[in-house]
Amino acid sequence: MADETPKAAQLLAKINYTPQAKQWMDVPVQIRKGMYCYAGNPKSLEYLGFPNARQWNPVEEDWKLPENWQQILHEGFKERLERFRSIKVFMDICVRCGACADKCHFFIGTGDPKNMPVLRAELLRSIYRNDFTTAGKLFGKLAGARPMTLEVLKEWWYYLFQCTECRRCSLFCPYGIDTAEITIFGRELLNLLGLNIDWIATPAANCYRTGNHLGIQPHAFKDMIDFFCDDIETITGLKPEPNFNMKGADILFVTPSGDVFADPGTYTCMGYIMLFHYLKEKYGLKVTWSTYASEGGNFGFFTSHETMKRLNAKMYLEAKRLGVKWILGGECGHMWRVIHQYMDTMNGPADFLQEPVNPITGTKFENAKSTKMVHIAEFLADLIKHGKLDLKPERNDNKILTFHDSCNTSRGMGMFDEPRYVIQNVANHFYEMPANTIREQTFCCGSGSGLNAGENMEQRMAGGLPRANAVKYVHEKFGVNMLACVCAIDRAALPPLMQYWVPEVQVTGLTELVANALVLPEEQERTTDLRGEPLPGMEEADE
Amino acid sequence: MGLIEQLALQKQTIVHKWFARVIASYPAETARFLSSQKDPFANPVGQTTRQSLTTLIELLTSTPDAAAMRAALDPVMRIRAVQSFSPAQAMGFVFELKAIIRQELPAKELTLAQWATMEQRIDQMALEAFDLYMQCREKIYELKANEMKDRTYKAFAKAGLIKEPADE
Ligand code: SF4
Ligand code: SF4
Repeated sequence: MADETPKAAQLLAKINYTPQAKQWMDVPVQIRKGMYCYAGNPKSLEYLGFPNARQWNPVEEDWKLPENWQQILHEGFKERLERFRSIKVFMDICVRCGACADKCHFFIGTGDPKNMPVLRAELLRSIYRNDFTTAGKLFGKLAGARPMTLEVLKEWWYYLFQCTECRRCSLFCPYGIDTAEITIFGRELLNLLGLNIDWIATPAANCYRTGNHLGIQPHAFKDMIDFFCDDIETITGLKPEPNFNMKGADILFVTPSGDVFADPGTYTCMGYIMLFHYLKEKYGLKVTWSTYASEGGNFGFFTSHETMKRLNAKMYLEAKRLGVKWILGGECGHMWRVIHQYMDTMNGPADFLQEPVNPITGTKFENAKSTKMVHIAEFLADLIKHGKLDLKPERNDNKILTFHDSCNTSRGMGMFDEPRYVIQNVANHFYEMPANTIREQTFCCGSGSGLNAGENMEQRMAGGLPRANAVKYVHEKFGVNMLACVCAIDRAALPPLMQYWVPEVQVTGLTELVANALVLPEEQERTTDLRGEPLPGMEEADE
Repeated sequence: MGLIEQLALQKQTIVHKWFARVIASYPAETARFLSSQKDPFANPVGQTTRQSLTTLIELLTSTPDAAAMRAALDPVMRIRAVQSFSPAQAMGFVFELKAIIRQELPAKELTLAQWATMEQRIDQMALEAFDLYMQCREKIYELKANEMKDRTYKAFAKAGLIKEPADE
């Protein structure tokens, strides 16, 4: 016993970052409860037209694969290497320098070396070398190659669904290798064998069928929004009348359905309704909701390029049908990544729409020139900058705020300052988290890319640890009690994360804060915020 | 010199060795990262663990304070409860402290009574660690169970759109 300690210490000094192919390959995969999501419902797979729809269970020995599954994968791999140049390059150029190794929140939080981005990519690369390179064919394991076996397949599935496609690792790679793209590619290959997870497959199928993740039908969608209007009336004395499917409206508004159907996004949704009511009363702006394009989120993005395209197409189709000028997008993460990176080439050009101009301020949104889609934070920042919103920031005085950059809006589209500008104009207490955890270096919520299910809670808590750790710091240092974000998945994923790590902190959307501060024409004196909590100084009145 | 005084003198070494033991419960590549990266935001597991262990050793050398011990154990147990450890692996590091202290403070210099006090305190620490581990696990199950209810169900129920309790 006694000589064990020095051994461990010596060991620490000796370990090399650069993963040695032999070592990691020899560690067999162990699929652990709490670290994976349930398998995709066969009905959903069928609906999406995916192959090999069947009941299967990841912890069972038999995954019920098609007999020629190895061949299917090999051909799928080959076809995509030809189609996506980036994948070919990413397979070839990694020098295994290790710069990305400790940058992934899943590695940092779980401590599992196979969650190092470089090893996640090696999962695929080892097969690539084996199947498509001479060195790999000749030298096998020595050249970091290995044949595709059931063990390897299980390892792929387990670790490709432990990546939230957040791209933090790519920021640190000297070659710009984007492991998120490798994951997207790997998941697409897994789909060829019917190996999806239900939290992705079913929402994607629902979106395709009824237009939103939960499969809510148009009348229920409208009912929910009507209900929010009743709530707004209780708080402000005014009942907004939102437009639905309105032909000839100025702007079509699309937001993730999470804002309509899931707390605390619902308060952000009330915020949108109040904002549009204000803009109609003050400036005559006509914004419409759609019960057809009722989902901004795009779970196709986590499935395959084709599914992503099909789901995304609805926005343009609806904008065309309604004859609006341009599209305003709500607070969503991956919806914006899809818009920013793929929409234009995938479903554009949307030349039936106008280049977005804010009719109230005259601002041209140059950045949205080709997609014709403006982010609500940009829209709000512009309105505030031109003094077009009547605001009482002191109504948010009981909220000590910090801001979480969603991976998608920050690394995915480069939006950093607009949400901060808005927050600082609608609230008085704002503190940043440490620099290496925000903006382009932001840490993922740990539940992105379809991993925000309930059964994988350990995975989510471990993956979200670096984010929560930074929140905890500003909570302890500045008394932060509210974490603001501009993403629907964040609004769903961060509350349990906070409950586990920093229970004193709640989660809010940006537009909720705006609506709290926004003074509607002829409103009654408010005593509560949108959540029904007393406004600062109104604690007595509320009793 | 009493046990407590000796312990206080050896504090640095003991923390250092204890930390190395705890970190060795992770795979080798991970262990190196956990011990070498000093930025607490880039390496929350390593730095939180180090902080917890340091405070715990300080507490061992002062008047017993169960609440303070709990507060010091909480961050490290909260982390280990969501990582791939069995309950025994998650909290076993507390017992390792006994061996480390024995090694650093030769037994012949201490009375049996002194040893007993020290062991009792470490056992107390282990019990606290186990309680915390269980609480964290319960919290995880609660979060799992409430995931749907807390978000969607609540929103629907609020809107009066749910007529009957869900049958699932
Ligand atoms: S930083 Fe880039 S080149 Fe270096 S190991 Fe990671 S992916 Fe490979
Ligand atoms: S994209 Fe994000 S989750 Fe995936 S490996 Fe990179 S850092 Fe990790």
